[in-house]
Amino acid sequence: MIQDSVITETRMPPPEQTLEKPESAILEKAQPVFEVKDVSLWYGDKQAIKNVTIDLPAKAVTAIIGPSGCGKSTFIRCLNRMHELVPRTRMTGQVLFRGQDLYGAGIDPAVIRRRVGMIFQKSNPFPTMSIADNVIVGLKLNGVRSRRVLNERLEKSLRMAALWDEVKNDLDKPGISLSGGQQQRLCIARAIAVEPEVVLMDEPASALDPIATMKIEELIRQLSSDYTIVIVTHNMQQASRVSDLTAFFYMGQLIEFDETRKLFTNPKQKQTEDYITGRFG
Amino acid sequence: MHFESRNRHTWRLIKSGAASTVAFLSAVVVIAPLGFVFFYLIEKGASSVNWSFFTELPKPVGVVGGGMANAIVGSGELLALAALIGIPIGVLGGVYLAEYGSARGNAMLRFIADVLNGVPSILWGVVVYALVVLRFKSFSAYAGGLALGLLMIPLIMRTTEEVLLLVPNGYREASLALGISRWKTIFHIVMRTASKGIVTGILLALARVAGETAPLLFTAFGNRYWNHSLSEPIAALPLQIFTYAISPYDDWHRQAWAGALVLVLMIFVINLVVRFLTRDRAARAL
Repeated sequence: MIQDSVITETRMPPPEQTLEKPESAILEKAQPVFEVKDVSLWYGDKQAIKNVTIDLPAKAVTAIIGPSGCGKSTFIRCLNRMHELVPRTRMTGQVLFRGQDLYGAGIDPAVIRRRVGMIFQKSNPFPTMSIADNVIVGLKLNGVRSRRVLNERLEKSLRMAALWDEVKNDLDKPGISLSGGQQQRLCIARAIAVEPEVVLMDEPASALDPIATMKIEELIRQLSSDYTIVIVTHNMQQASRVSDLTAFFYMGQLIEFDETRKLFTNPKQKQTEDYITGRFG
Repeated sequence: MHFESRNRHTWRLIKSGAASTVAFLSAVVVIAPLGFVFFYLIEKGASSVNWSFFTELPKPVGVVGGGMANAIVGSGELLALAALIGIPIGVLGGVYLAEYGSARGNAMLRFIADVLNGVPSILWGVVVYALVVLRFKSFSAYAGGLALGLLMIPLIMRTTEEVLLLVPNGYREASLALGISRWKTIFHIVMRTASKGIVTGILLALARVAGETAPLLFTAFGNRYWNHSLSEPIAALPLQIFTYAISPYDDWHRQAWAGALVLVLMIFVINLVVRFLTRDRAARAL
């Protein structure tokens, strides 16, 4: 692995020189939600992301694939400034969200995160709260008082997360009494209850069994008509099933970005091909 | 060969048995004093614990009867004052250590809190005597409460910090990712998750200072009558026990035993509450 990475490092020119503009129908017509320009990020002295430039389109599912440690989770955390929670991180470059600089002066990360939600690998319903409270806690703590609004949003979010029928009679039970797959869908309901525009998902199904995974994937497809979704996955089948576009990251660099179908059937870069055919990673 | 190995086996059994016995005896040595103290207190004190002990003031020397009502109420007032000072500062200090602050600054704060935890409690009395009693020229409930409160701060601070650090980071991230601000995340999500642990730490600190005598000697001072103003000297159960125990009167000795029994029972009850609160969490962890 070490040897391999040394070879690829020397063989690989900087991505922005090789990355051709994708001739993608989706990419051309869709207005980008995120314009990421030359972003690099360091944890202490270790560079996790190297000069990534990418435009992510609205109301589409973009999958980020790549081997462990390639910076894909770190990358999506740059899109809602979650990486700032880790001490000693440093970022350069620019991220525009609907044309506005995410890192501009006077931008409150909390405001960004209300519009760019996030789902984590390990489902994390709040352990002291009921199912209902878990869903509406984001609204409550952001100042929504009206019982009527909260109840409406509770049912709507649980329905969108395909969980309503399973929990409608148990809304007062603890959120952590649900099964693993249900907990993850509860977290999705919680995230969409604050009505974000984008949902970032960091390997949302990697801790779930195949049936629960299938439900999450169906859910992602359904949500993509209303939300922009960026999903990190190390499961290539999953990427090909759920996403419209796929970006391949390797060693902190964006190697290739294209329509999912094209990237998986006809990759332009040798490394993408090696990865998707299972030769490394 | 066969003989030798059986011999070794026997030898191992002997060593194992010896180790178990030593461990068991050590456990007995740990538990025995508790049982001894408890039963001795019951034997000596139970006969003097009666209704008037809880309702009456101390009687003058030579007059039989009387109680420690003022000391029991006084201890309650002192603990309330101590809680007013110790809980907010201790809990917020713990929140600061766990959630804010730089690594280096926190290491120093933590060290200071640990040193303070080790300071003999009588020194708190001396400090409060110098700062409060001398300035206001009077022993007072305020001074006693302050001394106990100062004693509670580092205790609560460290337990609060520890239980907050036990809250998995996933909950903080989940909350922040909902656009919930940092302080709301800490107060509504993290502290709520750790609330039982925080309450446990507070109760244990209260139980610890409830029996403190030394810091009260020259702050609260003690009082044989009802305290009518918090700026005047006030009675406390440990102080009363101390005064009565070193007196030359048999009747007062019996009262001191009774007071000691009541004090131990009070602390016992606090610990039972703590056990009750933590039971649920321990069961879930299993």
